[in-house]
Order: sequence, then structure tokens, then C-alpha cells
Amino acid sequence: MAKRLKTAAHTRRNGIEPLPELASISAQTPLVRVDAEGSFSGWHWLATGLDEVRAILSDDHRFSMIPPPTQMHGAAGRVEIGNLLRYDPPEHTRLRKMLVPEFTVRRIRRLEPFVTEIVTDCLDALELAGPPADLMPTFALPVPGLVGCALLGVPRDDAADLARHFISTSAAATDHRTDPRERERMRAAGNAFVTYIRRLVRQKRRDPGDDLLGMLIREHGADVTDEELTGIAATLLGSSIENVGGMLALAPLALLQHPDQLALFLDRPELIDQAVEELLRYVSSVPNSIPRYATTDVRVGDQVIRTGEVVMCSLLAVNRAQLPGVPQDTLDITRDSSGHIAFGHGIHHCLGASLSRLELRIALPALFRRFPGLRLTVPAEQLRYRTWTPNYGVDVLPVVW
Amino acid sequence: MEIRVDRERCAGSSLCLSYLPEVFDQSDDDGKVLLRTPVPGADMEEAVRGVAARCPTGAITLHARDAQDA
Repeated sequence: MAKRLKTAAHTRRNGIEPLPELASISAQTPLVRVDAEGSFSGWHWLATGLDEVRAILSDDHRFSMIPPPTQMHGAAGRVEIGNLLRYDPPEHTRLRKMLVPEFTVRRIRRLEPFVTEIVTDCLDALELAGPPADLMPTFALPVPGLVGCALLGVPRDDAADLARHFISTSAAATDHRTDPRERERMRAAGNAFVTYIRRLVRQKRRDPGDDLLGMLIREHGADVTDEELTGIAATLLGSSIENVGGMLALAPLALLQHPDQLALFLDRPELIDQAVEELLRYVSSVPNSIPRYATTDVRVGDQVIRTGEVVMCSLLAVNRAQLPGVPQDTLDITRDSSGHIAFGHGIHHCLGASLSRLELRIALPALFRRFPGLRLTVPAEQLRYRTWTPNYGVDVLPVVW
Repeated sequence: MEIRVDRERCAGSSLCLSYLPEVFDQSDDDGKVLLRTPVPGADMEEAVRGVAARCPTGAITLHARDAQDA
């Protein structure tokens, strides 16, 4: 066995910044074996090069989302019904095909007035309560939570409770890997979340509305089980809250840390689309792709990944160190960073990418226009960053204005 | 240059039509790519190449139309 690199550069960060080591790994060893803390096999492959990451993520035949029995441990071995990130073709194709028409650019664009209304409501409530405030439960999480609930057809009265259940499944006060009480609390909240959605699916079966669940049932009702619908809805809502929520916290943070870019962001509203792309690239709030498992021996560059071996792809490394036309790793909202892979690559490219872009395009300028004096109440280095979840972020974002 | 799209392969990411709505479109029925302009003008070629390279599933390919083009 060739040597393994001992590094945590792909799982640890320094605030929003990657560890400097990540860029050098990316430049020198774009596909390398690394020692992995907490991993069943003790090591995995780490891909940090643009070509290697694209090759692996687009090869859905030879790289599976489903852990082989040799890699099963804890939750990693469980197939989660309805979670598209746990499926390979042809089953993945069957489920994704039903969902894609609901997420077209035209469909999503129609939601614009509605997203604006949710953002305005959240900002009104924040302004009324006055400073200081924590932006996580007042802005970053409820915006995607309420948008996601409405998309699925969750009654508005239930949305706040449901989002709260979900948020407590992931908003651990401590690292859940070392705290059994925290793990138990998160498990209970997760159950409450899924139980609600299961009940919602049964109700939509009886009375399908104009929402996403209603449409799935009307158009594909015979081809999809209640458990699949529950899993689809839970994953869509959950990943929307986590991923857009992470961006709605870290993008304002990035702008606050770059006052020149924030000034440009406000002075030149016509830059909004490329500013959102640049923020997606720079923040890379999902730093690594879901692990892939080789289904056969695969040569990538000058390395051979053997059957059953695990590969992690660092989206952060590619976005921060490998994109052509992004010579300096700085935040620059005037640059064309549309080659980023913050939404992944291949057939698992984020289904909600257009919706996420819409939410960011509306919510970010609205936040800074409403509160032009927005600033953190603690130095950014003192924020507690979450390094143990797949989504990078902060639990608390304390601000005044 | 002629553009071809593999609708089987397309994952409906919407990237192509977000960048080049004059060349690419998306079906309301299945969410997959549609071609508005299969043979784009020379002034569009660079942009089309960029979009093809970014397609998450490699569903967009570019082909020379005749000997001159190649």
C-alpha cells in the first residue's frame, strides 16, 4: 500500500478560509490516500484536482453512492429511502425524473414574488424585535425553511414547528459524536420531523393540492410509494434548510469581512447574478461531496482506485484553488466564477440549484438594504464553526445594526 | 460548429439555459435540455464551448459541420 497523507485539510477550515495546506495538496497530489479520523477503513481517497473530481463525480457507473457491506458502519450503511443522494441509476433516474420538471428555471422563477414575501416577513420581524439578533433562527434558516414548506405544501401554521424539529436534528450544541445525550436529542427531533412528513404524505394522497407533493402524486402516484415520497420530501426540505441556510449565514459573513466587496454589492445591483455565483464558489458551504464507492477498479490519472474503496471529493479545494480564470483566491464579485462546482457535478448535481440561486439573489441584497449598518457583535474568529456536519456553517450569527 | 444534446444524459441542472438562453432551452414536460440554436454563429462559439464544458453530465457535445469547420 502506497503511503497515506495525514491531513484534516479537507474537513477543517479556518473560518470561511480553507486551511492553506488544502491548496498545496491540490497542486501536488490531486488524488491521494489520506488517513481519516473516525472512518471505518481508517483511510480514504481524497480528490482535490479539478480533472480528478470531475472524472469521479461524472462516472456514476463506476462510482456508487451506496456503501458496500465492507464499508458499512452506523448510519453510513443505511439506505435512506427517497434520499436521492443514496441512489444509483436506474433507481436514481426513476426518482429524479419525476422531480426535475418541478425545478425548471421557469417554474422556479414563478416563485420569485413569493420568496420576496417570505424574505420581507423575516426582515420585518427582525426589525421589529430590534438589535441585537442572531441571524440563524431569524433569517438564514427560516427563509429556506418557509420556502421549502410552501413548495411541498406544508400548511403555513405547521411550518414553524416543522422547521424547528428539523433544525434541532442538526443544530447540535456540542459535537454529537462524543455526546450521547446530544445524539439522543437529535434522534428524537429527526423522528418528529419524519413522522410529520409521513402524515403529510398520507394526507396529500387523499387530497393532492397544487404543491410539489400534490403534483408528484397526481402525475406519478402509482409509481412511487409513500415511504419514497416521505424520503423525497424530508430530504428536499432538510437539504434546502441546511444548504441555503448555510449560505445565508456564510455569504453575509464573507461580505462583512470584505467591506470593499460589500460596497460593490450594494452599489452595483446589476452584478447580483455573478455575485451569487462568486459567493457560492468562495463560501463552498458543502466542502466535500458525498463519499463515492468504486464498484470496480478504476484508473484516475496515474492512480488506481480499487473496488470498494472510498473517495471523497473536495469541492472546496476545486473552487478555491483549481478553477481556470480564478487566478487569486480572493472574493471578487466582478469575476466570472460560473465554472465552480459548489452544486456538485454529474447526475447528482443539486436538484435545488435554481431555487437556491433565487433565494440568495433575493435574500442577500434585501438583508443589507434593510440593515445598512449590519455588523457582527463578536470577531469572526470567535464564531463557533461546525466542522462535524457535511454542511459547513455556524450555529449562531450574532449581529447588530 | 453544430451542437448536439444527449437528453438521456441530461440531469436538468438548467446551467446551459441560465448562461445562454438564446441557444438552450428547457422542456416544461421533463425539465431536460432543448436546443434553440443547433448551429450557433461564430461569435457564440466560445460561450457555447464554456457552457458545454460546464454541463454537469457532459450532455452537450460540439461537432464540426464540414471540412471547413473542422
